[in-house]
Amino acid sequence: MKCPECDADLEVPDDVISGEIVSCQDCGMDYEVIMKEDGKVEFRPAEIEGEDWGE
Amino acid sequence: MNEIGLVYDRIRWEEKALIDASRKTGLKVRPLDAKEMYINTLEDPNKIKEGFGQVVIQRCVSYFRGLHLTATLESAGLPVINSFGVSLMCGNKLFATLALVRAGLPVPRTSVAFAEEGAFKALENLGYPVVMKPVVGSWGRLIALIKDKDSAQALIESRKEMRNALLQIYYLQEYVERPPRDIRIMVIGKEVVAASYRYSPLEDWRTNVARGGTSKPCPITHELEDLALKASEAVGSGVLAVDCMESPNKILVHEVNNTVEFKGLFFATRVDIAKKIVEYAIEVAKS
Repeated sequence: MKCPECDADLEVPDDVISGEIVSCQDCGMDYEVIMKEDGKVEFRPAEIEGEDWGE
Repeated sequence: MNEIGLVYDRIRWEEKALIDASRKTGLKVRPLDAKEMYINTLEDPNKIKEGFGQVVIQRCVSYFRGLHLTATLESAGLPVINSFGVSLMCGNKLFATLALVRAGLPVPRTSVAFAEEGAFKALENLGYPVVMKPVVGSWGRLIALIKDKDSAQALIESRKEMRNALLQIYYLQEYVERPPRDIRIMVIGKEVVAASYRYSPLEDWRTNVARGGTSKPCPITHELEDLALKASEAVGSGVLAVDCMESPNKILVHEVNNTVEFKGLFFATRVDIAKKIVEYAIEVAKS
């Protein structure tokens, strides 16, 4: 898969699941992995940390 | 009991561990992305329940998203971990402190002010240095160590400029002289399951793992166990992390965390926290 931002190859772990974040090693952009019901994988720009994020 | 819902908005190490633990326990687990869902409040509650399993572990990293979702699911009759009441209490540092004070637990001296004028009076009363924290927020974000009046003025002015209503509530706490660490105690239901020391990284006084803090195992003494159970009970019980500081005189409870990140604690203690959370969820579903 290619980084939609800079076109570098995205390294995606084999055991990745929907909702995980992968980062582009080249440009640093974070993507959320979305696995569709039809088996297709989509990379959506990850949400930016909000002021209410945490534990 | 055969199905569990895990609501998330981002899959971290903890969510993967919970999914694995649920499967190993023989449960069918439904990972559900909060960002993708909507709930019709007039829908038949039984229909709402069908989509979530018999019990829901709510793991949103966004506090307000998780809180509102929990309210909606509980209203449909679903048991949610943690409950709305516990989430509301623990997600706000002031509400949690008030609950701890009501329960008679030792906490750092804490004042609250509702505007700039009161904040300066509170700072003078506490005496510098003072720690100022946002009432809602985590990972050490915007926590400031205020050493004198000049810094206080600058910080309060910047908060006013942020135009955020919650930042106009000034939660101010004495700076407790302590070793460069705090203690995190994990409580699940009525059991203290693990504890760790969290050491501040070099060049930071905050101990949050999110800020580079490191975890080391901490023995669970009777004192820690007692404090943690009382603190957990004070906020309503659930899956909670009680954070304590070793002041020169006694141990003080300074926070109770709600959607606990337990990766650091797991690697420090090797206690299977995810499994214990799932077992607790099963218990809650049965009760």
